[in-house]
Amino acid sequence: MNRFLLPAGLFALLVAVLFIGIQRAPQKTVIPSALVGKPAPAFQAQRLIGEGRFDPASLRGQWWVMNVWGTWCPECRHEHEMLLEIARSEVLPLVGLNWKDDDQAARAWLDELGDPYDVVAVDRDSRIAIDWGVYGAPETFLIDDRGTVVHRHVGAMTREVWARDFLARLPKKPGVGG
Amino acid sequence: MIPELGHFALVLAVVAAVAQTVFGLVGPTGARAHWLAAVRPAALAQFLLTSLSLGTLVYAFVQNDFSVEYVAANSNTALPVGYRIAAVWGAHEGSLLLWAWMLCAWTLAVAALSRSLPDAFAGRVLGVLGIVSIGFLLFTLVTSNPFVRLDPPAPDGRDLNPLLQDPALAAHPPMLYAGYVGLSVAFAFACAAMIEGRLDQTWARWTRPWTTVAWAFLTVGIALGSWWAYYELGWGGYWFWDPVENASFMPWLVATALIHSLAVTEKRGLFKSWTLLLAILAFSLSLLGTFLVRSGVLVSVHSFAADPTRGLFILAFLVVIVGGALALYAWRAPLLRSEAGFEFTSRESFLLFNNILLVVAAAAVFAGTMAPLISDSLGLGTLSVGSQYFDPVFLLPTLPLLALAAVGLHASWKRGRLSARRGAILTTLAIAVVLTFALVFGAWSGAKALTPVGFALGLWLIGSALVDPIDRIRRRLSMTPAVIGMALAHAALGVFVVSVTAVESYTRERDLALAVGESGKVGEYEYRLTGLEMREGPNYDALRGEIVVSEGGRQIGLLHPEKRSYWVQRQQMTEAGIDMQPTRDIFAALGEDLGAGRWSVRAQVRPLINYVWLAALLMAIGGVVAAFDRRYRREAPDARARDGEGA
Repeated sequence: MNRFLLPAGLFALLVAVLFIGIQRAPQKTVIPSALVGKPAPAFQAQRLIGEGRFDPASLRGQWWVMNVWGTWCPECRHEHEMLLEIARSEVLPLVGLNWKDDDQAARAWLDELGDPYDVVAVDRDSRIAIDWGVYGAPETFLIDDRGTVVHRHVGAMTREVWARDFLARLPKKPGVGG
Repeated sequence: MIPELGHFALVLAVVAAVAQTVFGLVGPTGARAHWLAAVRPAALAQFLLTSLSLGTLVYAFVQNDFSVEYVAANSNTALPVGYRIAAVWGAHEGSLLLWAWMLCAWTLAVAALSRSLPDAFAGRVLGVLGIVSIGFLLFTLVTSNPFVRLDPPAPDGRDLNPLLQDPALAAHPPMLYAGYVGLSVAFAFACAAMIEGRLDQTWARWTRPWTTVAWAFLTVGIALGSWWAYYELGWGGYWFWDPVENASFMPWLVATALIHSLAVTEKRGLFKSWTLLLAILAFSLSLLGTFLVRSGVLVSVHSFAADPTRGLFILAFLVVIVGGALALYAWRAPLLRSEAGFEFTSRESFLLFNNILLVVAAAAVFAGTMAPLISDSLGLGTLSVGSQYFDPVFLLPTLPLLALAAVGLHASWKRGRLSARRGAILTTLAIAVVLTFALVFGAWSGAKALTPVGFALGLWLIGSALVDPIDRIRRRLSMTPAVIGMALAHAALGVFVVSVTAVESYTRERDLALAVGESGKVGEYEYRLTGLEMREGPNYDALRGEIVVSEGGRQIGLLHPEKRSYWVQRQQMTEAGIDMQPTRDIFAALGEDLGAGRWSVRAQVRPLINYVWLAALLMAIGGVVAAFDRRYRREAPDARARDGEGA
C-alpha cells in the first residue's frame, strides 16, 4: 500500500456516506407531517362556489381527502386530470383548499378544466394552510372518519400514489374496493 | 419551436464534447496524432452550441414564454426584464445550464490560449475538460431539462423567488460558478500531467494564472452572497456557516492553498504530488458543493431544488471524475519526486505551513458541514452544527496562519535569511501594536479577548504586504504585476481581518418594539420611528418605515427599511434600511407586527462592515493582476517576438 492511495480511500468512505444520505433523502421529501395521527385542524371557510361556509366537521363519520391547490401552481395543472379521475371513481369526498388565490381565476380554472371537488374552501390569506402545515401546492391529505389525519402527500397526485398511499389505507368495507 | 432548438443544440453539444474528449485523449497516444487538430474546433463547436442553448432559454424568459415549464415556474409578466434574465439561473435547471455554459467558456479560453503548450498536453487538458462537460450536459439533459413544455401554457408565471430578486444575488451565481468551473482547468492540467507522468516547473507556470483567476471569481462570488445575506435576509450578519456557504468556502480554502503550493512548484520544483492533490481536491470540493446543494442531502435555506434522482446522478458523476482522478493520483503521483531541499525559515517552509493550516481549516469546515449528514446516515439522530463549533475551530488554524503570512512575506526562496529583513518585520509589528492600542483604547472603547489579537495581526499583515512594493519604489526597481498583485491581495487580507475584528467586537444590536413617534436606545445610539407608509413596487407592495438614528442628540442617519409582500408568490421579504458610512453601517430591519401599531425593529450599528466585502474584492483584484504577469505569457511565440527579453 502506498500513501498516495489514502485520498482515494477517504473518498470511497465519503461516497458511501453520501450514498446512504441519498437513500434517506426521499424520506425527507415525503415530509413526515407532524399532523399524521393527530386530529385535523378545525376551520370554517367561505365556499368558492355557492353560498355559506364550509366546516369539515360536517364530514365527520366518513373518510375524505383534502387537496391544496392554486391557479398559480403549474404542478396543480399537472395533477388535475388525475383529480378528475378520482372524482369520477366516487370513492371519497374530495375537498379542495384554494390557497393564496384569486376567486375569479379559481372559478375560471374549474370552468375550463372541470371541477373534481365536492366542495372548495377558500384560504386566501393562508390561515388554514398554516394550521395544516402546508409546505407548497399541491398537497393532498387523507382524513379518516374520526377526523384524524392519516396521510399527507406532497407534490402532484398520480395514479400510483393514489393507489399506494390513499386507497390502500382505506378500511376494507364490503362493496368498496374489496 | 425556439425552446426545442435550444434543447437540440444541447444534445449536439454533448456530441461535440464527446468528440473533444476522444480527439483530445486518444490523439496523443501516437497512432492518431492528426486527431489532435480536431480538438480545438470541437471545443469551439461545443461552446457555440451551448451558447445557442442558453440563448434560447434567455429568449424564452425575455419573451415571457410560459409554455416552457421552467419559465412559468420562475418568471412573471410583472417581473422587470433584468430579473427575467437573472431568473434563467434562478432555479436548478437553468443554474445547471449556466454551469455547463461556463465550463464551455473556460474550455474555449484554454483552447485559445494554449497554443504555446505542446499539442499533446493541450489535447489531454481539453480531453479531460470534455469528460467533465459530458457529465454536466448529460446531467442537464437527463434529469434537469429546462426546455420541458407546459401544455396548456400557463396564463402567467409563478414569478422568481423574491429572495433572488436582487442585483447582488443576480450576479452571485454566475460569479460563483465561474469560480467553481474555473477550478476544473487546474484539475484538467493536473490530470493531463498525471497521464503523461511528467510534471515540471513549466507545468506549474501554465497552471498558475488559470487557478488564480478562478480563485478570484470564487472570492467575488462568495463575497456577493455574503453581502446579499447581510442586507436581504434581515439578519444583519455577513457569515452564518450555512452548509451552502460552507460548500463554496471549502473549495476557496483549498484553492488558496493550491495557489501558494503552485508558487513553490513553479519556483523550486517542489511539492509536486501535493500540488496535484490540491488541484484535484479544489475541483472535487466544487463538485461536492454542487452535489450538497442540489441533491437535497443537506437541508438548508438555499437548497431550493432537492431531488434524490439528481443526487444519485451527481454522486455517480463524482465517482467517475473524482474517483478517477484520485485513482490516477495513487498510480502516478509516486513517480513524481522532488529532489531539492530547503531550510527551515525559507519561503518554502512558510508556504508549507500555509498549506497545512489552510487544509486543516478546510477539513474543519468539512467536518462540521458533513457531521449532520454522517450522523443522520448512521442513524444517530439529527445533529446541528453551528457557530459554536465553527468559530473556534476555524480560528485555531487561521490565526497562526496570519502571523506566518506577515513574517513569510519577507522570507526568501531556498535559504532561511530572515535576519536580512528583521528590521522590516519588527518595525511593521511595532506599528501594528501601537495602532491596535490606539484603536482599542482610543477610537472604540472596550474589547473582547481576541480584539487586540485581530487588530494587531491584521495591521501587521497590511504593513508587511506593503514593505516590498515600497522598498522597490525607493530603490527604483521594476514593479511587476506579480509583485503588485501579491501585495494587494495580502494587504486586503489584513483589511479583512481588521474589519471582521471591528465588526465582531464593537457591533451594537438590539431588537426594539416601536410605534410611530417612539424611540429606543441601542448602546449609545437612539432609533426613532418617524413614519410608516404603504408603497407599491413593480411586482410587490411594501410597508416602508422611516427611522431617524441619532447619537448624542445629533442625527447621524436616516433609514428606510421595507417589508415587501410579493404579489405572485405571496412571500414576505425584508429589505433592510442601511445607511453606509465610511466607518460604520447603521442598519434597521422591520420585523413583525406586534399589534397596536407597534413593530419589532432589528437595530444594529456595525463598524467597518463594508470593508469585509471590499477587502474580498481587493483580494480578487490582486489575484487577477498577478495572473496577468508577463512571465505567464512568455512562451507565446508572438509575445517572445515582441518582448525579446529573457528571465
